[in-house]
Amino acid sequence: MILLVVEHARGNVSKSTYEMVTCARQLGREGPVTALVLGSGIMAVVNEVALLADQVLVSDRADLAQYDSELWSAAVAQVASEGDAHTILIGGSRSGREYSPRVAVKLDAPLLEDVISVTAEEGTLSAERYTNLARVTERITARAPVTVITPKQGAFAAAMPGTHAAEQFDVDLDLTARRVQITEKSAEKFSRISLAEAEIVVAGGRGVGSAEGFRNLVDELADRLGAAVGATRAVVDAGWRPYAEQVGQTGKTVQPKVYIAIGISGAVQHLSGMGRSKCIVAVNRDADAPIFKVADYGIVGDVNQIVPAIIAALSR
Amino acid sequence: MRILTLIRQVLDAEETVHIRSGEIDLNGSKLVVDTMDEYGVEQALRIRDSGVDVEVVALAVGPERNQEALRTVLSMGADRAIHVMTELALDPIPLSKVAAQIAQQERIDLIFCGGQQSDWDSHALGAATAERLQLPQVTWVSALEVHGQTLTGRHDVDDGSEMFSVQLPAVITTQQGLGEPRYPTVPNIIRAKKKELRIETLDQFHVDLKLNVLGAAVQAKARLHKILDGKDAPAAAAELVELLRNEARVIP
Ligand SMILES: Cc1cc2nc3c(=O)[nH]c(=O)nc-3n(C[C@H](O)[C@H](O)[C@H](O)COP(=O)(O)OP(=O)(O)OC[C@H]3O[C@@H](n4cnc5c(N)ncnc54)[C@H](O)[C@@H]3O)c2cc1C
Repeated sequence: MILLVVEHARGNVSKSTYEMVTCARQLGREGPVTALVLGSGIMAVVNEVALLADQVLVSDRADLAQYDSELWSAAVAQVASEGDAHTILIGGSRSGREYSPRVAVKLDAPLLEDVISVTAEEGTLSAERYTNLARVTERITARAPVTVITPKQGAFAAAMPGTHAAEQFDVDLDLTARRVQITEKSAEKFSRISLAEAEIVVAGGRGVGSAEGFRNLVDELADRLGAAVGATRAVVDAGWRPYAEQVGQTGKTVQPKVYIAIGISGAVQHLSGMGRSKCIVAVNRDADAPIFKVADYGIVGDVNQIVPAIIAALSR
Repeated sequence: MRILTLIRQVLDAEETVHIRSGEIDLNGSKLVVDTMDEYGVEQALRIRDSGVDVEVVALAVGPERNQEALRTVLSMGADRAIHVMTELALDPIPLSKVAAQIAQQERIDLIFCGGQQSDWDSHALGAATAERLQLPQVTWVSALEVHGQTLTGRHDVDDGSEMFSVQLPAVITTQQGLGEPRYPTVPNIIRAKKKELRIETLDQFHVDLKLNVLGAAVQAKARLHKILDGKDAPAAAAELVELLRNEARVIP
């Protein structure tokens, strides 16, 4: 079987799960697509997933209320072995990417990490993934009885739910106590829409000059366009914006319909988080700034003049 | 306490990636210690600087040139280094087997690993190493303190961050927010030349490669490059808005 570990948050199935279903169905490997739901109080999630998968395995227990890499990897490896899974799909989120290697080691399986495509041909899986700060596309193959895959978020289309609810089964797991204690949680807050889901992102860099400049230029323009706000690490390090808004290697990866970069130089680490946006727009006073090399549209000029002029033009 | 820091030698981010006959070619390019790994070295040194009795051991696996990276780490202040020499490109799963065996032989209490490797864009090495050693792991750590056998700190998760506490031994992967890596000073560079750099061969670790890299390509998306001169700001802005609305159709 193909085992797919459901990602969910606050009672909803995450978009990444819908994408994993597409990945599983396109794979070209035999066997039912079996969704595994881990958590506590997850009936709504199970019912939603039942319209996506061929069967649903559920472990609803108090000690799974909070994610833990050791518990999750033990649960997935146990279910995979008992069910003779040949392919295991785990989400490309931070958590998925931190426990999937443990699953691979437990099952003595290769790990196809953060893949943008994957297809099976007889015993071999061929995949593509980005490397070198997303500048290179590598083609890799794995030939093994069991393979663990994490599909890159956003790389696969979301599957459409069916009308028939798949059968559900409870699984008995053999789990030990968690060793990493979580003493406090802080959830990200976004003033508008979340970065990952936005179709339009307006992002600001050091070129906006100050926290106030960021508000007057980037926030204003984002408000006008109904866009999410992004920032560079320079801006986050300066304390002008929260880390939740950082785009790049150590921040978020986004792929909106349009990414508007205001006063951003276009460092490799920043480009690795937004370089695959469908359309890139840049405003920068330096015509040689690297951001222009990846831009579809842009204006060479001072952000303090250009951005207010754009906002004015939008109202016309 | 003994700390192991896992080191990757990678292309400097400022350098262009060269592909020759479908393979990444690093010849002639500037190579550096992966910055995410340097955060781990820095953190290990800070623990030692705080007065805890610590030995910092650095490990790199790869071709001979990795010894330059290890010398850099020794110049930062690590006590000694181990180089497992191989021309094979190991992906994180087999590589973790080497790291785990070294950690066991060296009786390591704490392992630092970069949160993401800037060559493979992978998050897997720290977690895979932890699993082989049956250790807990905390990834994307942005702040860390050691109190005896307990580590506390903050780390990034799917939609925010968490404060954590975990007992040693453990594996930590790094995130920005940890102290900025120090530059080697001249006296430390000289001292580093005399520090132990042990060379091992790969065969004793019995790694098993299950992944194959077939080829690499730089597939830059074709861009329109319609860059306007902003001397007349209102005119340029009006033209840009018109293009975004009616040509690209990406804004309302
Ligand atoms: C391990 C590591 C991880 C990193 N991760 C990330 C990451 O996740 N995200 C990230 O963004 N960075 C990251 N960085 C940092 C990255 O290398 C750059 O330093 C950073 O992206 C630069 O931000 P910036 O473009 O805002 O600033 P700068 O590079 O200083 O660019 C400012 C730009 O604004 C322009 N400008 C200035 N004034 C004006 C004006 N009045 N009008 C118009 N234009 C103006 C300038 O011409 C310049 O191009 C990372 C670095 C490392 C080492």
